[in-house]
Amino acid sequence: MKRELTCIACPLGCSLVVTLEGKNILSVVGNTCPRGKEYAINECTAPKRMVTTTVRCENGELVSVKTSKPIPKEKVFEAMEIINATVAKLPLNVGDVIISDLFGSTVVATQCKE
Amino acid sequence: MTELVIIGGGPAGMSSAISAYENGIRDILILERDDKLGGILRQCIHNGFGLHKFKEELTGPEYAYRYEKRVKELGISVKLNTMVLEITKDKKIIASNSEDGIFEIEAKAIILAMGCRERAKGALNIAGTRPAGVYSAGTAQKLVNMKGYMPGKEVVILGSGDIGLIMARRMTLEGANVKAVCELMPYSSGLARNIEQCLNDFNIPLRLSHTVVALHGKERLTGVTIAKVDENRKPIKQTYEFIPCDTLLLSCGLIPENELTKGIGAKISSVTNGSVVDQNRETDIEGVFSCGNVLHVHDLVDYVSEEAEIAGKGASDYIKGINNKTVNIPISTDGKIRYTVPQILTEKKDTTLYFRTADLYRNVKINVYANEKLVLSRKKQRIAPSEMETLKIDSKILDGVSKLRLELEEL
Repeated sequence: MKRELTCIACPLGCSLVVTLEGKNILSVVGNTCPRGKEYAINECTAPKRMVTTTVRCENGELVSVKTSKPIPKEKVFEAMEIINATVAKLPLNVGDVIISDLFGSTVVATQCKE
Repeated sequence: MTELVIIGGGPAGMSSAISAYENGIRDILILERDDKLGGILRQCIHNGFGLHKFKEELTGPEYAYRYEKRVKELGISVKLNTMVLEITKDKKIIASNSEDGIFEIEAKAIILAMGCRERAKGALNIAGTRPAGVYSAGTAQKLVNMKGYMPGKEVVILGSGDIGLIMARRMTLEGANVKAVCELMPYSSGLARNIEQCLNDFNIPLRLSHTVVALHGKERLTGVTIAKVDENRKPIKQTYEFIPCDTLLLSCGLIPENELTKGIGAKISSVTNGSVVDQNRETDIEGVFSCGNVLHVHDLVDYVSEEAEIAGKGASDYIKGINNKTVNIPISTDGKIRYTVPQILTEKKDTTLYFRTADLYRNVKINVYANEKLVLSRKKQRIAPSEMETLKIDSKILDGVSKLRLELEEL
């Protein structure tokens, strides 16, 4: 079976063709870098996504956050619920951990807040 | 007298300031109208920035932070909450803020880095009523990402530019139901990856060759009428379709914000809506440079930073009195290639031309003619208006040349 994908690893958006036999990946073509191959393999076996969103701070303002690495795609909405129920303590620097474990990733601040 | 004044503290302004500093200029002032540096990146909380520049994937605020940190480390002066009102031809800047009132600064060189703004509803001529619930995608982005307000629950998006696509995902993640993204053109102007991860991931339909023909609702938007368009982009009556919704987001293009530039009297290109510049990003007004989205709308911030570095270096050379201008070579295009930046070469040196096509083409050659003679040809498998292309011009091909022309040849 062949599966066509658009790589989301970077803004290039390469068109990938993955050849599969059941769950086994036989080949990936169309990628211009190793990240593309990794994406294709993940996408056909266990798709993952980065989540970027905001967390409410204790002073009522928002701080922008991201998962430190991609999390399972089917957990994205569950992750959003957990993130939206979180209140972040201040001050925050870029990279500070706000949630220490979220489906195998951490949630970190992507901006500074005093 | 300040040596270098930079108008705008977004990615272009910050990057040009750092570049000028690294090229030996110390007397630099950045004027920024917002209360923090960073420009539009502050509300672009998604990832995908910096792969060219830093070889890693950053979010907008993280990308901005790297530059902001550097600006602070170098001790470059910044005036926040400061609105520039006017710039004169002899490089006097009139600005205002609540501390200094209205004040004037004289600059030796100026870098224009004001960015761009969104094409608004008024420019789109959509029929129907004028209810609440119609936002530009960028306004919605600011409300959701910075203020924490949801603009609505049932959403239709007009325009499939990247901001529209990103907002389709963002609104969905925050619990809204995005019913459709309509795109007037037969192709999306957004990045392929964004169609994949922002629309396909959430089964949001992308309606190509569709537009919004009417708004409905008295106080609040209650729905929109959409229609398929023919090859002349005219709505087809038989395809009218009503979609109930309380929110319409408009992502219909960006316009460089050049009111100040026009005030100086700098020449503006009718294609880019930005200044006409040379290889150093100098406008036709001596000592006035332009870079970033105020010069032409970019798809990647990495290219904005790159261009701003060129402008920063150019302004530094100008301040130091270095002048290598020996030629005057205008660069024209054939229409299939919409424009190039720079549009003119005044120095004989290796230069990268940035350009954009008018349409989506496959299997083409980009041909460069010097005085009508073909001097360079590059094959491209696919070329799209949404993706800026580059072409390196070797200084050797400029010998004795009085004009350059870029043409797109379909194979």
